[in-house]
Amino acid sequence: MIQVEHLRKTFRVAKRSAGFGNAVKALFHREYDEIHALDDIFFRIEDGEAVGYIGPNGAGKSSTIKILSGILTPDSGTCLVDGRIPWKDRKTHVAKIGVVFGQRSQLWWDVPVIDSFELIRDIYAVPESDYKRNLRDLTDLLDLSELLKTPTRSLSLGQRMRCEIAASLLHDPRILFLDEPTIGLDAVSKLAVREFILDMNRTRGTTVILTTHDMQDIEALAQRVILIGKGRILLDGTLDDIRRGGEQIDETLAALYRQFDI
Amino acid sequence: MKLYFKYFSIHLKSVMQYKVSFLLTVFSQLMLTVTSFLGIHFMFARFHTVEGFTYNEVLFCCGVVLLSFCLAECIARGFDTFASMIGNGEFDRILVRPRNEILQVLGTRIEFTRVGRMLMGIVMFVYAANRGGIPWDVPRVITLLFMILGGTTIFCGLFLLYAGFCFFTLEGLEFMNIFTDGMYQHGRYPLSVYGKRVLQFCTYIIPFSLVQYYPLMYVLGKGGGTYCIFLPLLAMLFLIPCWIFWRVGVRKYTSTGS
Repeated sequence: MIQVEHLRKTFRVAKRSAGFGNAVKALFHREYDEIHALDDIFFRIEDGEAVGYIGPNGAGKSSTIKILSGILTPDSGTCLVDGRIPWKDRKTHVAKIGVVFGQRSQLWWDVPVIDSFELIRDIYAVPESDYKRNLRDLTDLLDLSELLKTPTRSLSLGQRMRCEIAASLLHDPRILFLDEPTIGLDAVSKLAVREFILDMNRTRGTTVILTTHDMQDIEALAQRVILIGKGRILLDGTLDDIRRGGEQIDETLAALYRQFDI
Repeated sequence: MKLYFKYFSIHLKSVMQYKVSFLLTVFSQLMLTVTSFLGIHFMFARFHTVEGFTYNEVLFCCGVVLLSFCLAECIARGFDTFASMIGNGEFDRILVRPRNEILQVLGTRIEFTRVGRMLMGIVMFVYAANRGGIPWDVPRVITLLFMILGGTTIFCGLFLLYAGFCFFTLEGLEFMNIFTDGMYQHGRYPLSVYGKRVLQFCTYIIPFSLVQYYPLMYVLGKGGGTYCIFLPLLAMLFLIPCWIFWRVGVRKYTSTGS
């Protein structure tokens, strides 16, 4: 269970106008903007839920994921994931979660995928029998058997993403965070990734928290949607709560963004 | 520790993918070190002693420092590229893995090409140790081992400090090179040749002379009591403030966008 209450995070961002003169000025005197990435966030996610976490760029989606996965320390507020405070019990916490960053790779670039998997097994200290079982299951489900012996650098984006997702699941995490997992993928890969995530959620009961800009991801995966804008939670409900009959989901969302002025 | 060897083997596998590049880099590293050796050689072709140190003695000193620097580089080179690890978000990945962050940063980059430099260090060192007329006995050998150990630790500490700064500036700070590469360049000569101030700085601020100058004097039999044997171990305490600084940095870490 994930419990988040009154979570706040502020970043200080140096600002200056364009041009060389201003660059020199900024060297001596710098002005800062305070950006409220997260402003009094609260929500609660039960075990086994699949939640879509949506919002425009810069709304605070990634910051929330980073706090929940122990990367960032918030300024104030509480956050409990299965009774753990992510940034305080970092090591025990991250051993039980899986994180996929769609834009970044966690595989070692120059070696075959299977070597990366084995190193990840050692990092997470996964028992050999569990590792073998997981690897077999994941290889079947994500159709990896052809890819395992290929160096990561030679994989296509879709192939790599399937390997990335497998890599995040080798240690049987109870909770899976996916930060834009389908970004840049072709239709076939997208469907494969979605189907797999859905399967994990249904059969293994893995809690899935997903950020994405692709509303079809949400339609396919999430029973519940949390909308965030300008660091605040604006809406928390099912997809049907958002949808108003007949429209394209993207248009609905754009209308919603305009309505909340985010 | 076992995990570190796992990292080690995956890097070895990567390196083997680019054989020619590897060999050329090893060779260039070797040549780099040869030039620094030639510098000393030509200096002594002209002047026979520098501040009372003979050619062999300086060579010996240089060998020890070179060896510790190379060892530290092999181990801790990951810190040198730490600024870019923060920049491209690789450090996020490290934080979501259930292992010590420092170990993982070390594991991101292991420089096998430094083997070239290390080889040169050993050659210089053995040559000087044989010809230098040092009366080798057990305490001297122990001192020497401590010197290399302590020297490696201090260089690692400096690399760690350098990485710690990145949390605050998000950019590598070029001035830190004065202490890392600079310390190694200047460390080739016994520190007393640079005058009293430098020696003091390197005793009380960055305890480099505790692994270089004082134990060196002992090994060469130029004064310095038996306490000098253990000074390098004292110098290893330098790692503690560096580590604390790093911890503070990790807590302040703000990650990058997206």
